Amino acid sequence: MNIAISTQTICFLILSSIVIVGSISVVLLENIVYSAFLLGGVFMSVAGLYLLLNASFVAAAQVLVYVGAVNVLILFAIMLVNKREELKPVKGLKIRKIFSAAICFGLLALLIRVDLITPWSLPGPVAIGEEATARIGEHLFTDYLLPFELASVLLLMAMIGAIVLARRDVPTKDIGTGNVVNQSLLEKPNVPILIDKSSN
Amino acid sequence: MFEITLQYYLVLASLLFCIGVWGLINSRNAVRVLMSIELMLNAVNINLMAFSAFIDGQLIRGQVFSVFVITVAAAEAAVGLAILLSLYRNRVTVDMESFNLLRW
Repeated sequence: MNIAISTQTICFLILSSIVIVGSISVVLLENIVYSAFLLGGVFMSVAGLYLLLNASFVAAAQVLVYVGAVNVLILFAIMLVNKREELKPVKGLKIRKIFSAAICFGLLALLIRVDLITPWSLPGPVAIGEEATARIGEHLFTDYLLPFELASVLLLMAMIGAIVLARRDVPTKDIGTGNVVNQSLLEKPNVPILIDKSSN
Repeated sequence: MFEITLQYYLVLASLLFCIGVWGLINSRNAVRVLMSIELMLNAVNINLMAFSAFIDGQLIRGQVFSVFVITVAAAEAAVGLAILLSLYRNRVTVDMESFNLLRW
């Protein structure tokens, strides 16, 4: 895909400003639902950056997996744990924020310095462009076959682990009365077992 | 008009990564912590893709790596949100400051 350089530059500037502004708002906005939707926007513009880099397959994977799966998962999590709660004030929170911001700026300065002064071996070989998808397939089934198979095992493990962790165990019979317990998925008021007692 | 080189992508990825780190440290909502982790993983992916396009144009090993990173990120999100759900069930809060189960 050959785009004129000026078009490429304008697209890069627009997409990168969406990424930066969106991610800052994801971190800073009060309402977590806005954050989740802005996160979807950030993922979409990162997919646009991949398209600028001639990687259509990874851009499609980014849209499918991140926007379609991870972001929806995060929205469901927000829906399941959405409770308006007054956060307890914590001592020294402001100082912590300023201190960590200073450390992050230091890290940023270090990374940007490394980015700019390292003599990258440019220009590299000519990019293969449209052939990229076929080349990824060749890689996945020849020299990256073992990581590919391990990734499938990892996904299976993650799926089973998520089910086991998120399941709520309900006994079939009430221990006290011997009656059959209602097994439906209705949200019942359950007894929290690990309530924080340190504050009172 | 100036041309977009490798360094622009690297600086963008550094900015995104540092925003993710700050959010990871300072969020009090556990869901927002998971979002910050996703932002950091995306920054790494942008790095890999930029290197793959500008330095490794023929073999594009960076693109294969970012496919793997996307896979691991999906698995991480699923397990992380399951852990978050079970924590919420037991503690009835998502405040990171009240998760002190491992503190002695």
